[in-house]
Parts: sequence; structure tokens; C-alpha cells
Amino acid sequence: MSSAVVSTPAALRRPFIFDDETDPQVGTAALGCPIEHSSTATHAAHYLPGDVARHDSRGRLSPLERLIQSTPDRRFPPSSITPASRLEIRPAPEMASSGIPDLDALTGGLPRGCLTEICGTASSGRTTVLLAALAAASRRSEYCALIDASDALDPHSVAAAGVDLDRLLWVRCGDDPPKNNTPKHTRDGCPILAESFAARVGISPQSAFNLDMKRLRTSERCLEQVLRATDLLLESGGFGLILLDLADLPPQTARRIPLTTWFRFRRAIENKPTILLAIEQQPIAGSCSSLLLQLGALSARQPALASKESVGEQVADCQRTVPRAPTHAQLLTGLEINVELIRSRLERKPARSATFETKTAWAG
Amino acid sequence: MFACIYVPNFPVAAALRAEPELATRPVAILEGKPPLEKVIAVNANARELSIAPGMSKTQAELCSELALRTRSPLQESSAHAALLDCAQSFSPCVEDSACDTVLLDLAGMESLLGSLPEIARAIFERAVTLGLKANIAVALNPDAALLAARGFPGVTVIPAGKEADHLGPLQAKVLFPDRLEADQKKEADRLLETLDRWGIRNLRALAALPQVSLSERLGQQGIHLQQLARGGGSCTLVPVEPPLVFEEAVELEHPIVLLEPLAFLLNRLLEQLCARLGSRALATQELRLSFELSNLTGIEDDYENIGIPSESDGTGAQSASQIISSRQTKFVRKLSLPLPMLDAKVFLKLLQLDLNAHPPGAPILKIHLAAEPARPRSAQGGLFLPPAPEPEKLELTLARIAGMVGEHKVGALELLDTHHPEGFRMRRFVAEVARKTPQKKTPDSTEAQAAVTALRRFRPPQRANVTLENGQPMRLICPKKKEIQGDVLWKAGPWRFSGDWWEHEAWSRDEWDLALRNGETVSFYRLVHDLLGGVWFVEGTYD
Repeated sequence: MSSAVVSTPAALRRPFIFDDETDPQVGTAALGCPIEHSSTATHAAHYLPGDVARHDSRGRLSPLERLIQSTPDRRFPPSSITPASRLEIRPAPEMASSGIPDLDALTGGLPRGCLTEICGTASSGRTTVLLAALAAASRRSEYCALIDASDALDPHSVAAAGVDLDRLLWVRCGDDPPKNNTPKHTRDGCPILAESFAARVGISPQSAFNLDMKRLRTSERCLEQVLRATDLLLESGGFGLILLDLADLPPQTARRIPLTTWFRFRRAIENKPTILLAIEQQPIAGSCSSLLLQLGALSARQPALASKESVGEQVADCQRTVPRAPTHAQLLTGLEINVELIRSRLERKPARSATFETKTAWAG
Repeated sequence: MFACIYVPNFPVAAALRAEPELATRPVAILEGKPPLEKVIAVNANARELSIAPGMSKTQAELCSELALRTRSPLQESSAHAALLDCAQSFSPCVEDSACDTVLLDLAGMESLLGSLPEIARAIFERAVTLGLKANIAVALNPDAALLAARGFPGVTVIPAGKEADHLGPLQAKVLFPDRLEADQKKEADRLLETLDRWGIRNLRALAALPQVSLSERLGQQGIHLQQLARGGGSCTLVPVEPPLVFEEAVELEHPIVLLEPLAFLLNRLLEQLCARLGSRALATQELRLSFELSNLTGIEDDYENIGIPSESDGTGAQSASQIISSRQTKFVRKLSLPLPMLDAKVFLKLLQLDLNAHPPGAPILKIHLAAEPARPRSAQGGLFLPPAPEPEKLELTLARIAGMVGEHKVGALELLDTHHPEGFRMRRFVAEVARKTPQKKTPDSTEAQAAVTALRRFRPPQRANVTLENGQPMRLICPKKKEIQGDVLWKAGPWRFSGDWWEHEAWSRDEWDLALRNGETVSFYRLVHDLLGGVWFVEGTYD
């Protein structure tokens, strides 16, 4: 599977002109000029859909034609236009197993060098999928990094999932600020090592960084730490899987991450064997993510979740059939997670879904 | 064949090694107790300005362009150590003749290192790399090499049998070292004066004197000097095994209070250390940085603010320890590295980040930097192995992240041998390129790939108000998390845990797994009843 890269000429920096607007740079004579007389327009018309390049029914030029006509040749040189046939063919990314066969069957795995988003509400199985991906990466002997925005990772769950703890770098972001012996800074940002002495010699300190960090709210500070840590780890390289755990961040906070940041992340891992996987409550990376999965809420095999009495009966049934099994195992074993493939840039296929079951660590 | 490395004007050379930017300026080195300091050494630029050894400081200060530096034993010992490292990198048989002179045996080295001129040139370049401008001479015997190194600048190679011809033009004063004890200097001056009265100006003239007459007048010493002048010395090398101590120090005339100028000095020291380690084919896994601080009044408060981390929080590069001496004038940081490294830029950045997090709190007067030598890592990345983070880059990245989130909040997980739910600790994350993973028994593929229900912890756990019915939770309200409340749909438990009852931190708890309706969906939580404290709290959510 391969897809073509379509590049927009960088020369197109002017705003688009709509039908009823008049471009001040284009005179009336230019408007009436047949399109075939303009070399630039001819050049562009060759690559644009015919409906756009032709005159409309009233004989007026389309907005794009007018834009092309108003653009001097030096700003829109023919060399800047590449025929689609000559565009670089981006090779299909290598896919790596997510650790869940049903999920792999649905998506083909997790794409390397791409951003994958997994969304869902609480108890929808996001962390389960995350740990499965970590375990799969461990089996491939890859180094992984988990940037934990809310310090929510449970070490015992990680070990139970089969993750090699030596190969997992855990960055615990949170509202607990680092032990603060950090020096104050001069006005031009140089750290002061001896504040009392500096005051004597007339160096006025200001702790701009600390003040800025105090001003930020907890969730914003977490987000700041997550983004900086992600930047650093992506720059460092060498990790097979980098995970962003934004699952507990409120959607309004997570949406504050600028789209440019996601573009930067995507660019940083492009053509690298790193998988960038983010779990969150709602999709936030827009078109930067190559794969977007929506996890459904967990449901149990027992259909009686709706009413307390019937649930009790169901549990009692289970206990009768497996009398020695602990109740924990009965509650959480066999939970079903529904995965819906919302978007994939790797495959043009309609949305599909899959379901898989989980097991508990204590039930084996 | 023997080679001699001689550093002329050693006090000045040591000062220039510490401050290379002074190389183009006139420099004079002072020694003595104030105010009776005298100039003991000058460089060529200062000599052109008529500055000469023996002048008082006051006289020297009349020249405004002159850079006056106090003689520093620390700098000289560092320069001497660098000289020995330079020699050791070419031959295992090295004699430490004087602080400014080293002799080395080059027997058998030609097949390894090339011809003698090539070796001499390589020694010269290595010395320049280590910050020393030395004279290199190669000759058949050590004495001839020593005289040639004292007399000829740059690189000199004397072919075998041509010693007398080559040494002939040298002045007679090269027969005596620059730095002698007072009585030896007096004797040397007397001999030189005698030779001068006889009209003996160079070694050729001395070599041409009749041996018997010379012996009658100057005794055995005269004969010895004549043998040296003829290039026929007979001394044997006394090899030394210099200890693997890599230390650099700099004394500051003005205290430093900002990190930026300090980083500038640290960079220089680190480059010198790395050059020395590199010349011995070594790397380092531990750097010790110590400062002597200005003992000013009013800085005690700053010291109190410096926390001393416990030995147990071993989180790698950040596990630096700081020691403050009883007089509170010394500040030490130790930078431990996971793997041997030899990159001055990486070391500098790590030290900067460390000092940024742990400032000394008082002006710095003296900087001392030591490196613990280690064998460089020799790991070859496999062609079919997955990539691993580059250790140097990773170390910097981890240090930066630690400065952001806290030292104890970044690293690898290590589970402790306990049933306590938070029984883990953070340890240093190390990524080795060719780390061998133990061959585990490969489980069944479906079993290995089964997803395990994971818990997301609330840190700290959320207090909850629980309504009980027959000792079982029936309704749950979490005041701080509005979404965690409602009637319990489904529950399992209690699962009883306790431990550490023999310690002060005993714990005992009942765990429940609960299902609560959360809008259209169902959410699962772990509810915990602390039996010792009697409180209920929600520990996390199954996700």
C-alpha cells in the first residue's frame, strides 16, 4: 500500500479571492483575458481539475484562475510545480504488532514513524491496549518510553502485562514540582549560583521560570511537562515505542496542545522506526495522526449489568461453576473491549470495528 | 632510541594551559608572599617588553599590557600529569626526570608507530592537544635527547652517531636544568662562569677540550659535562608507572557567582581531562566536581537550603552527592554515569544541569575536577538488533527531564519484594546497545498476546464516602471526583492484604472491585478500606 505526497506550492501565500471580490492587483483587462494566453494559468490548468480551471457559466474566471493570473511568474515559477506523476512516493510504513491479535487484524498493527491515537472514556480499555503494545515492544527487545501525564501507571499491571521493566523509561509528570533548589536568574537568563553574594555586587535576581511555572495550573503544568519531555525523547531517538498517556487530562486541557506541536511530533518521528502512541479521551491531534482508534466502554459477558439483582445472580452462577475462583477473577475476567477504526491514512477502507477480551493478572 | 619531551618555561606553560587566551599576550608569573612578590618566569612577549625574572611586582605592574599571574602549584601539577600522560601514550617505559622533562624509550616502537620523525611529530601534536607547547628530541641516548630538547625548539631527530655534530652549536647552559636547588644552582653558575672565562660558549668547544687538562681543572664533573657535550651519555632510564589520576584544577582571582562564566571554565577543564583520558585510551564513569567557596558571612542561610540527598535514592546522574565540610567552605558534586563516556560537551551539559538544580550557594574561588578512569565501552551494535538510545544523548535527555519533573520521577521501574500496592522504586534507566536478554521460555502465542486488564492509579488515592450494607459497599461518593459516585452495580471482594506488621509502617486493607454506572457506560474502580486508619478510598480505575 502506498500513497502519494501532494505538495502545495509555497508561493501561494495570498488569500483566496472569492467570486464577488475584486483583486486590487488584477485590472479589468486581466479579468477578461482568456486563460489560454497566460502561461502560468495554462500551466496550472494542466494540473487542476477541469471545472476549476474553466470559466463559469457567466463567463467569469473562477477564484483560483484569478489568483493564478494575479500571481506574477516570479512568485509562481513553473519549476515550483511538480507533476503528480513525478511526486515522491511515500513508502508504506512498517507495521508493528500491537500485542492484541484482534487489533492487529483490524488495523494491520501500529505504524512506525507515525502517530497513533487511541481514544475512549474511563474504563474503556485504553491502558490495557497501551500495556499490550508495551509488552509487544518488549518482546521485540525495543526500548520504550512512557510519558505519564497524570502519574497513573500501576507497576504491578505493567509487570503482569509482560513488559520488560528494564526497557521501559517512565516519565512521571504531575503537579509535584521538583525539589526546588533551582537558582534564580539574572535578567538575561543566566543562573545565579550565589544569590546573597550576587545581591551585594549588584546582580538583581529574578526567578522568571519559577514564577511562570507557579502561574500555570496543575493540568497545564502537566501538559507543559509532557510536551517538553516528548520533544526531548523524540529528539533523543532510539526508542521503538513512545507512549503519551493523556487519558486523565480533561479534554479541554488536552485540546490546548497546538496542532503545530502534533505536526512537529509527526515530523520528528517521520522515517524513523519509532511508534508514537497517544491515549486520550477525545481525538486531539487532527490530521497528524495516521491511525485513530476509538475504544468502546468495557462490557462484561454477563448481560445483567443493567440491574443489580441480576448481576448478583450472575456472579453467584459463576461462583457455583468455579467455586474456588476468587471473586476478583469473576468480576474482571472476560471483559470485552470494542475497538472502532475511525481513521487510517494507510488504508482507504470504511470504518470497522473489532472486539477482544481481556484477562486479569491474578486469574492467569 | 630515546625521546625527550621538554616544556620550556614551565610555570608560564602551565599558566597558558589553564588560560589559553593569554598565549598572544605578555605574561609574567609571580611568586612570593605579598607584597614581596617577584617575577619568576615570563614569556617571549613579555621579554620583548623588557620584563625579566627577578623584577618586583610593582615594577612589572608598570607595564599595563602585562598579564600577571600568581604561580599555581595546582596548575603545574596538572600540566606535569598531562606531560606524563602524553609520554605514556607512546611508550610504556617513561622516566619522570623533572616537572618539565620526561624521557621515554622508543625501542621497538617504530614498527607500531612509524618512523622516528613521525613519532616525534606525533608526540609534539599530542602535547599540543594536551595544552602544552613542548620541545621534542629523539636521539640514541637519553642525555643527548635531553640536551637537544632543551636547546632546540620544536621537533629534533638526531641520527645515530651524529650527536656531537648536532649538539655542538648549543650553548653551554643547556647542560644544567632550569630549575635547581639553591646550592646546585650556585655550583652550576660557578662552572658556567669558569667555562665562560675560558671562552667556552658552546658544546662543540667544550667537547674539543683535552680530556686530561679538563679533568685536572674541573675534576670528574668536567669529564661528565664533556661526555654530555659529545653526545655520549650513559644514563639508564628509571621507568615510572604514573598513577591513573586525572585531575584538573583552577584557582580564580575573582569569585564566580554566575553559572555562565563557570561553565566556560568547566568546559576548559573538561576538555583537558578528556584529552588526557583519550591519550591513555580511557573513558570515565564518574566525575567529581568540588568548589572551594568564599567563606563570606551571611551565606550560611544558603547552605541550609541545600538538601543532602540520601544514599538510597540511586537515580544515576542525578544521584550526585554534595558534601559540605565542617567549615562550610567546600562544595562537592559527584556525577555518576551509567556507562563510560568521553565527551566533554556531554559532561559540561550534565554538570550545568546539575549545578542549575543544586547551586553551591556561595561564590566560587577554586574549581577542582577529577575523573575516575574506566575502560571505554566496546559494544558493537548488531545489524539485526532493534535500535537503542545513544547513551550520551539519553543521559542528557534524562537529566533535562529530571530537571523538569524531578529527579525521582524519571527512570526505570523496579518492583520490590513486597505485597504493598506501591511496592516499587525508581532506578536509573540504562540503555545498552547490545544488552543480552535472557532467553525466556516462549509462551504460547495466544497466551503471550492476551490483553491484561490494567489498573490506573490515583496518586494520591481519592477519599471516598461509602455506604455499607451487611458489611458490603452499596453506594460510593468520591467528593473530589464527581464522576465517581453512585450505587454499586456490581462488586467483588473483599480481598484482604496486610504486611509490614513488624514495622512502624504496618498496613492492612480490604480491596473491592466495583462497577459504577458512568452515564451510558460502566466504569470499574478499586475501592480500598484501610483497616488501620478506618478510611475508605478509591485507589484507581480499571481501564
